[in-house]
Amino acid sequence: MTALAARRRHPLAAAAIVLLGLLVTGVAYAAVTPGRAQATTASADDVAAGKKLFLANCSTCHGLNAEGRNEFPSLIGVGAAAVDFQVGTGRMPLQATGPQAPKVVNKFSDEEVRQLAAYVASLAPGPAVPSAEDVDASKGDVSNGSLIFRTNCAMCHNFNGKGGALTRGKYAPNLEGVTPTHVYEAMVTGPQSMPVFNDSTITPQEKRDIIAYLQAVETDTPPGGVSLGSIGPVSEGLVAWAVGLSLLVGCAVWLGAKAS
Amino acid sequence: MSIDQSHGHPGSDVATTSEGGLPERFENPGLEPHRHRMADVDPKAAKRAERQVAALFGLSTLGTILLIVAYYAVSIEGDSWAEIARQLRISTTLLGVGLALATFGIGAGAVHWAKTLMPDEERIELRHPMRGTDEDREDALAILREGSAEAGVGRRPLIRNSLLAALVPLTVGPPIVLLRDTGPLPGNDLSTTFWKQGMALVHDPITDETGRKIKPEDLTIGSVVHVLPEGIQDAEHELDEIAKAAVLLIRLNPDDLDETSRAGSYEGIVAYSKICTHMGCPVALYEQQTHHLLCPCHQSTFDLKQNCKVIFGPAKRPLPQLAITVDDAGYLVAKSPFTEAAGPSFWERG
Repeated sequence: MTALAARRRHPLAAAAIVLLGLLVTGVAYAAVTPGRAQATTASADDVAAGKKLFLANCSTCHGLNAEGRNEFPSLIGVGAAAVDFQVGTGRMPLQATGPQAPKVVNKFSDEEVRQLAAYVASLAPGPAVPSAEDVDASKGDVSNGSLIFRTNCAMCHNFNGKGGALTRGKYAPNLEGVTPTHVYEAMVTGPQSMPVFNDSTITPQEKRDIIAYLQAVETDTPPGGVSLGSIGPVSEGLVAWAVGLSLLVGCAVWLGAKAS
Repeated sequence: MSIDQSHGHPGSDVATTSEGGLPERFENPGLEPHRHRMADVDPKAAKRAERQVAALFGLSTLGTILLIVAYYAVSIEGDSWAEIARQLRISTTLLGVGLALATFGIGAGAVHWAKTLMPDEERIELRHPMRGTDEDREDALAILREGSAEAGVGRRPLIRNSLLAALVPLTVGPPIVLLRDTGPLPGNDLSTTFWKQGMALVHDPITDETGRKIKPEDLTIGSVVHVLPEGIQDAEHELDEIAKAAVLLIRLNPDDLDETSRAGSYEGIVAYSKICTHMGCPVALYEQQTHHLLCPCHQSTFDLKQNCKVIFGPAKRPLPQLAITVDDAGYLVAKSPFTEAAGPSFWERG
């Protein structure tokens, strides 16, 4: 410890600390949670149970018949996919007003989400919850998915799906750890600021390609080495300046110092 | 030390006549006493420094060996891109570390050597005046005059003029041709795009080789498609054309559009240039609820509801609208080309 303390004014100490800090942050950042399974069958009982849940949890804003009012959108025709996405990711019921509903822990059971979705789907036809085959990443083409992602998604969600800022406090969320089903549902329903990508603009096969690409990004080691969060020039620049410049300054100080 | 002897002479130097007791003239203090380094007085320290320098040079040798071994030992081949990327990563890391050690070891060793072991006694060499003697200067001038007279430049104007005629074209002509060859001048390329009347809007051929055309019913409210003019992949300068002609096709509720933006729309479907009028970045961040288009580079924000008027950021002009309609087969086509130059400002456009 005394040896360490004695070197705390060493020209390279600052660089070493920055490096250590980055390392610790990077490792801590790497913990990710996996997804969950999804069932898709709806009966009259489900619809009835879903209506009860709806009246208890959603009708305050969306109206007793899901007709919506003022700022709150009508849910007629949004389909089961929208409910499964919004409630399944904890965005709805809305916890607080703000620029955007954040992803939080979903307090409903899978069963309850399914019942709510069945009720909203019974109001008018809309996008259904995708089947397991629709979101099967193994049937997708990663490289084509990468092209489609870069053309349609990367402007907001970043080239690796890490998300990014929009205007006035809104943001495109990080897609890391989002289940393939939720990714699919977001594309077909266009939640919040996100545009809609229906089956004509991005075909179901292309959606599978995108899901395959997102999974590949998550599981493959980045080809460029340390990814530094994959958020582009900000973190890379910070490291280049903090570490690179510290090393150069350290060398310059050493060059100028007189030997004892 | 003599203090303030010029007291009473108002015209003399103020700095030396102040009341502060400054000396009239500072003596040259000379060099400060030389302090010997550890290695100069202690043979053990010298030996240690010698070993350190050798170690640094040795580190450089190891780095070079690592560089050569890594170059040959790590093959960049594989069945998949992921495999190739993995090996490439190992290869570049080892090559980089090897090269860094090899060069840094030599440099650090040399500096350490110079600082600890090479002589460090200060030496003084006085600077001498550079001017030659008057005699030498006269001689040099005489030689030049004589040479000029013997060559007869003044007497033989034909030679002088023909030499000039040979030199001037050589020094002036080729640079002009070289500069000209960096052209051609852009002409009206900046003001025009690939879009022509009746040209179909298709998906980007990069993601869809068939170049799918688009029908209005393909788009639901809130849909966004990145579109290009049909046949752009066959243009002479394909990438240049795509960079100007990229268009964002968006469908929103027709009631949300104002008069000006509705003019070029079709059933709530609008097409706007995707190229920011500020610096030319792709403006593609569409917020479905506010109908704002955000440029990721400098946060210029355009309001789709008001014909892409700039509502925030450094852009000075709205994004140009591409007026659209449908053809006989029901596909979306351009009603007319862009009526103004798409993309960032340039000199003639202002």
